[in-house]
Amino acid sequence: MEPVLSVEDLSVRISGLHILQGVSFTVAPTGVTVLLGRNGVGKTTTLRAIVGLTPPTGEVRGTIRMGAQSLLARPTHRLVRGGLGYVPEDRCVFAGLTVAENLRLAERRGTTPAYDKVFALFPELDRRGRQRAGSLSGGQQQMLAIGRVLLNDNRLLLVDEPTKGLAPKVVTEVAEVLERVAESVPVLLVEQNLAVVRRLARDAVVLAAGKVAWTGDAHELLLETALTKSLLGVGSAEVSTPSARSELASPAVARKDQL
Amino acid sequence: MGTVILLTLTGLGLAALYFLVASGLSLVFGLADVLNFAHGLFLGVGAYGTWWAAGNLPGAGPDGFGFVFAVAFGVAAGTLVAILVELVLIRPLYSRTIEQVLVTVGLSLAGVALLQATWGADARPFPRPDWTRQVTGILGAQVPNGGLLLIIAAVLVLGAILAFLRWTRYGLVIRAGVENREMVTALGIDVRKAFTLVFAIGGAAAALAGALGGVYFGTVSPGQGGSLLIFAFIVVVIGGMGSVVGSAYASVVVGLVQQFVNYYGTSGLGDICVVGLLAVVLLLRPQGIAGKVATA
Repeated sequence: MEPVLSVEDLSVRISGLHILQGVSFTVAPTGVTVLLGRNGVGKTTTLRAIVGLTPPTGEVRGTIRMGAQSLLARPTHRLVRGGLGYVPEDRCVFAGLTVAENLRLAERRGTTPAYDKVFALFPELDRRGRQRAGSLSGGQQQMLAIGRVLLNDNRLLLVDEPTKGLAPKVVTEVAEVLERVAESVPVLLVEQNLAVVRRLARDAVVLAAGKVAWTGDAHELLLETALTKSLLGVGSAEVSTPSARSELASPAVARKDQL
Repeated sequence: MGTVILLTLTGLGLAALYFLVASGLSLVFGLADVLNFAHGLFLGVGAYGTWWAAGNLPGAGPDGFGFVFAVAFGVAAGTLVAILVELVLIRPLYSRTIEQVLVTVGLSLAGVALLQATWGADARPFPRPDWTRQVTGILGAQVPNGGLLLIIAAVLVLGAILAFLRWTRYGLVIRAGVENREMVTALGIDVRKAFTLVFAIGGAAAALAGALGGVYFGTVSPGQGGSLLIFAFIVVVIGGMGSVVGSAYASVVVGLVQQFVNYYGTSGLGDICVVGLLAVVLLLRPQGIAGKVATA
């Protein structure tokens, strides 16, 4: 199957720092591809380069293609309208706007926003329409950030650390939603919670020092404790057993394994 | 008592003038991060546009509907200049703060020079309806109608901007953009159109300030925009960058402080007090009265 996204020889330099150095990988047209790596290796920089949000002072080189279409040098709003959905790190909801206004902002002319789908996934958003987004809990804000993107049809979703800083119960809810979302649209996910990775990801790309250090089946990676430890800095044994996997579905014991 | 009423209402008139200039300045900075030193030029264009139209444009004049037409012409001219400045000079320089400052400072100086070269450096009498030269008795005070006109205009503009921000799609985009411009683009919105729009709104409000400032002062001069711009900047900082409501509050505070201190103290002391107030706000509440929120 043709990949939905191909990144070739991507280099990003920001303020003199060479953050990405010739990164190449592809994203399968179905399921979740996870981008892993220790802190500061360039995972978020990679997502931001794909969606055209590298700072103006930065320099991006290489090739990024979604299907036959080159993405580099195209403005972000056009990429997004072309079907590239982006859920940023730290949610970035508009705190001063209501939940309904945050959602309305994502509506596009000429298309019917999929409120039914969003409210089916996140009934809370429907109930809290008039509440200011800044007063929502972290989990509710994450739901709003994801819901905002799901109002429109997407060819690919870029999701950056959706479970960061969330309570275990909410981590489970977010993982469930992403699992359902990935049934209809491919997802490139940056995630540091190995339990979530195990549950969602089919393919994995591991970055180290601004380069691709490993690509392949995500579950194979997590089964290789020594490899996981060397690439990510933590072992995955604690989430690799079937019993541990089932723990993710249990709010009380779902754990965060920070890489 | 009459003096206090008079000082309050003339202070509010001054506040109205500051608000008309500061509201656009605040929105432009809040959304686009542009410190627009050329904003005074829009005021100058509005003032001179109205002055020119009242004397030369068929249908326009110093009275009645003719004056309304002249003001509309001045506001349209100021708006057009603001849009052109954004499209031609500012748009290529977004995210290049130093270049923006240099360009807008240069443009403001060039604008004043152009007005001087065209119509001379001296202040010229401003054509205005007779009733604006008269006074209205309010609670024992004889208040100039020109000041009352400014207050009414500022209240209407404040209401219109708030309604625009609250009820329209572009208002929503602007409010969101003031919070997080990057995220607005990440939702598929071309935020540059909103930049042009806030320049247009700011230009229109400043041009209206120029026209009604001419009525208030009775004259128009090339340097009028620049001197008002200094206090407008102070209002924007005190009110909170990007907050229209904050600008309104700050305008009232600055206008009243200036008027009362200048009257009961020494002339000019009010200006110094306003600068002192700015310093206090920067030290104690650097985000201003309202912080960075495009309030609706």
